[in-house]
Amino acid sequence: MVFEWIRFIAGTGLLVIGVAAFLLEILGVFKFRYVLNRMHAAAMGDTLGIGAVLAGLMILFGFRFVTFKLALVLVFLWCASPVSSHLISRLECTINEDLEKSCEIETKKKRQE
Amino acid sequence: MSRRIPENEYGKRPMGAFRQWMEGSRDPYAGNVEVRAHDMPGESEEQLKKYQEEVFTVLRKAQDTANNNQYTLFRKFYRVAALLCCLTLTLLLFITVAYLPPVGNAGNPANNEVAAKYIEDGMQDTGAVNIVTGMILDYRAFDTFGESNVLFIATCTVLILMRNDKKKGKGSAEEEERRDSFHEPKNDRILQTVAMVLVPFIILFGIYVILNGHLSPGGGFSGGAIIGAGLILYLNAFGFEKTERFFTAKTYKWISFLALSFYCIAKSYSFYTGAHHLESGIPLGTPGDILSSGLILPLNICVGLVVACTMYAFFALFRKGGF
Repeated sequence: MVFEWIRFIAGTGLLVIGVAAFLLEILGVFKFRYVLNRMHAAAMGDTLGIGAVLAGLMILFGFRFVTFKLALVLVFLWCASPVSSHLISRLECTINEDLEKSCEIETKKKRQE
Repeated sequence: MSRRIPENEYGKRPMGAFRQWMEGSRDPYAGNVEVRAHDMPGESEEQLKKYQEEVFTVLRKAQDTANNNQYTLFRKFYRVAALLCCLTLTLLLFITVAYLPPVGNAGNPANNEVAAKYIEDGMQDTGAVNIVTGMILDYRAFDTFGESNVLFIATCTVLILMRNDKKKGKGSAEEEERRDSFHEPKNDRILQTVAMVLVPFIILFGIYVILNGHLSPGGGFSGGAIIGAGLILYLNAFGFEKTERFFTAKTYKWISFLALSFYCIAKSYSFYTGAHHLESGIPLGTPGDILSSGLILPLNICVGLVVACTMYAFFALFRKGGF
C-alpha cells in the first residue's frame, strides 16, 4: 500500500515536472526574439519535458512491455531532437553575417588566451 | 510556297496568310495598327528633371494611402465584406451540422450492412486480424491499387518538371545541388554518427510495420513512409554519393514497375476467381500467424515499396533534380 502511494506520487510528480517544462518552453519560444535563444527554450522541452513525462508514465505503468516501448521512444527522441537543434544552430551560425551582434562568439584565439 | 499560284498571289489568300504567319515571314498587324512612340522628354537636362518630378509626383500620390479617400473606403468595405462572408459561411456550416444525424445513433445511414459485414465476416473472409487492412487490401484492393498508382504518377510528374539531365558544367544537377545547399552543414560528424545508429533501426521498424500490417495497426502506407524517412535521413547525413550506390533512377523504375504489376496481376487473379466462384488456391492460413491472410502480406509489401521509393524520389528530385 505504501509502495503504491510512493509510486503514484513519484509518477505524478514527474508528470507535473514535465508539463511545467513544456509550459516554460512555450513561454520561452514566444518571449525570445532571436533564433538561438528560442531554440534553447525549445530544446529544454524536447529533452527535459519529454524525459520527465515519459519517466513518470513508465513509473505509473509499472514493469510491463509498454514500459520498454516508452523507454525506446525516449531514447529515440533524445537522439533525434538535440541533433536537429544542432543542425539548425549550425545553419544559423553559417548564414548569419552579423552574428557578433546577437551573441558572444568564443573563437579559438580567445580560448587560447 | 505553292506550286500553281505565284507567291504574291498566294499570300493574299487566307491559307497562304496563315502559313506565312506561322513561318514568321509576315506580321498581320504591320501597317494595320497605329503605333506611336512613347512621349520621351526632351533632350535638355531641365526637361528631363521636370519629367522625373512628374513621375515622382504621380508615384507619391498613388502610394499615399493615408490621404486617399477612395482607398480608405475600399479598405473599410473590404473588411466588412470579408467579415460578412465569413459569418455567412459559418452560419451555413452550422445549419448543415444541425441537420446531421446524431453520433452513435443506430438508425444512422453509416450503420448499414456494409460495416456490419466487415466487422462480422472480416476475419473469416480475409484472414487478417486487423480489419482495416483486410478492408483496404482485400475488399477494396483496387482502390488501394489506384492510390499506389497515384503515387507513381505523382513521381512521374515531378520527374518531368524537376529532372535535370545536364551531366557536367554550369547548370548541371551536381552544381545546382551544391549551390542550393551551399550554407547547409556538410559532413556533420554529430549527424553522421546519430544517423549511423538510428537509420538501421528506423528501416527495421518500417519493415516490421509493413510485415505486421495484417496483425497490428500499420501496413504498407505507414511502413513505407517510415522507410522513406530513414532513407532521407541517410541521404542528408552522407550525401548523394553514398545513396547512389544502392538507389538510382533505375532502381526506382524497377521497384515501382515490379511492385505495381505484381499487385495488379495478383489482385486481378483473385478477383477473377472470386467473381466466377472458382477455387483461387491462395491459402488463408490461421489468423494471427505472420504467414496468413493470403494475398494481404505480399500486397502490403508492394504498397510499402512503392511508398518508400516515392518519398525518397520526391526528396531527391526536389533537392537535386535526379537520384
